[in-house]
Amino acid sequence: MTLTVTDLTIARGGIPVLQGVNLVLRPGAALVLRGSNGIGKTTLLRTLAGLQPPVCGTIRGADETIAYAGHFDGIKPTLTVSENLTFWASVFGANGIQPALDAFDLQQLAMRPAGSLSAGQKRRLALSRLLVTGRPIWVLDEPTVSLDVAAVSMFAAAVRAHLAGGGSALIATHIDLGLSAEVLDLGRFRAKTRPVADFDGDFL
Amino acid sequence: MIALLLRDLKLAFRAGGGFGLGLAFFLILTVLVPFSVGPQSSLLSSIAPGVLWLGALLACLLSLDRLLALDWEDGSLDLLATAPVPLESVVTIKALAHWLTTGLPLVLVAPLLGVLLNLPVAGFFWLVISLLLGTPALSVIGTFGAALTVGLKRGGLLLSLLVLPLYVPTLIFGAEVARRGAAGMETTTPLLMLAGITAAVIALLPFASAAVLRVNLR
Repeated sequence: MTLTVTDLTIARGGIPVLQGVNLVLRPGAALVLRGSNGIGKTTLLRTLAGLQPPVCGTIRGADETIAYAGHFDGIKPTLTVSENLTFWASVFGANGIQPALDAFDLQQLAMRPAGSLSAGQKRRLALSRLLVTGRPIWVLDEPTVSLDVAAVSMFAAAVRAHLAGGGSALIATHIDLGLSAEVLDLGRFRAKTRPVADFDGDFL
Repeated sequence: MIALLLRDLKLAFRAGGGFGLGLAFFLILTVLVPFSVGPQSSLLSSIAPGVLWLGALLACLLSLDRLLALDWEDGSLDLLATAPVPLESVVTIKALAHWLTTGLPLVLVAPLLGVLLNLPVAGFFWLVISLLLGTPALSVIGTFGAALTVGLKRGGLLLSLLVLPLYVPTLIFGAEVARRGAAGMETTTPLLMLAGITAAVIALLPFASAAVLRVNLR
């Protein structure tokens, strides 16, 4: 499934942050988003995931194909690791959490309540959720936060396996994952602030 | 969807899930009423249906702010919104889980607490019937209120203010069924009104809840 974004303008809190965004994400490809803080990476990813409507422009190929992982892990502390994963697996209609546990080295932790995990372990659990969704396009917002070096390479391996299986990934990150990915700098799409039409200089 | 229901029930019964909060409040209220209004059994038995209904309503209200707020805070709501489950059914299941963990236990203990308030014998049946018909409406309306206030920090105050007027018709007709039943009068009219309110609310409000949730997730 190819994700095609044409001439997209997105806004946060009613103020346009990015405009004229064009990107194409083909199966097997990864695209890394770069840009300074506040440029609109999260807003762009949330728009692509369908959590907010774009101001204008079109997004094709995003219906029921995107697995989104944002800043928050979406983990219930009183459920065990395997209960958390099993829940998402059944919501997405996939079965078998074993590959996901294996990919992020969570077998030892499977019976632990998720609330007792460390921040990095929680992050691994949140990322392993991507595998049980069975969705082809991964949209990831700063996925490596609080991961150690070993876990980052675990994550990179999971992404590589996903790409090899015909999936694709759109990742907002500042660290080098060692993927052969295109890099898209969002700086050039920064929305221009329009001059206010009825600006009253005398008011100042 | 079954998975979501089971997860919510599991979360409610595990430590810190808030199951029993409403029940404890209901128990405290009805135990304290005879102390505050005095022990005259004739007075107690005449106010018993109203007090039990009010207690059940406030107990329901107490647990509403956790209904969607917890899922919002940990990001589960974002993930559910991107899952292949329509938000309408997510909010319906959430309301059902809330009713099973809050409304249904209230219905079951209400007859026991009726004894404390000297509820007339004829009233027990109608109390249970009216609560059984009315509490689902409380959960569904409450889910709507929770969806309206989901992004707000400490939205509990606003939630109560928004939901209370919507609860009034259910309270009026529910308490009326229980009162008329206890007095041995005809109950058909308020019972039909109560059933009508509950049916309408279940049919319509999940769409409204899902719509406001979509706006609040932006």
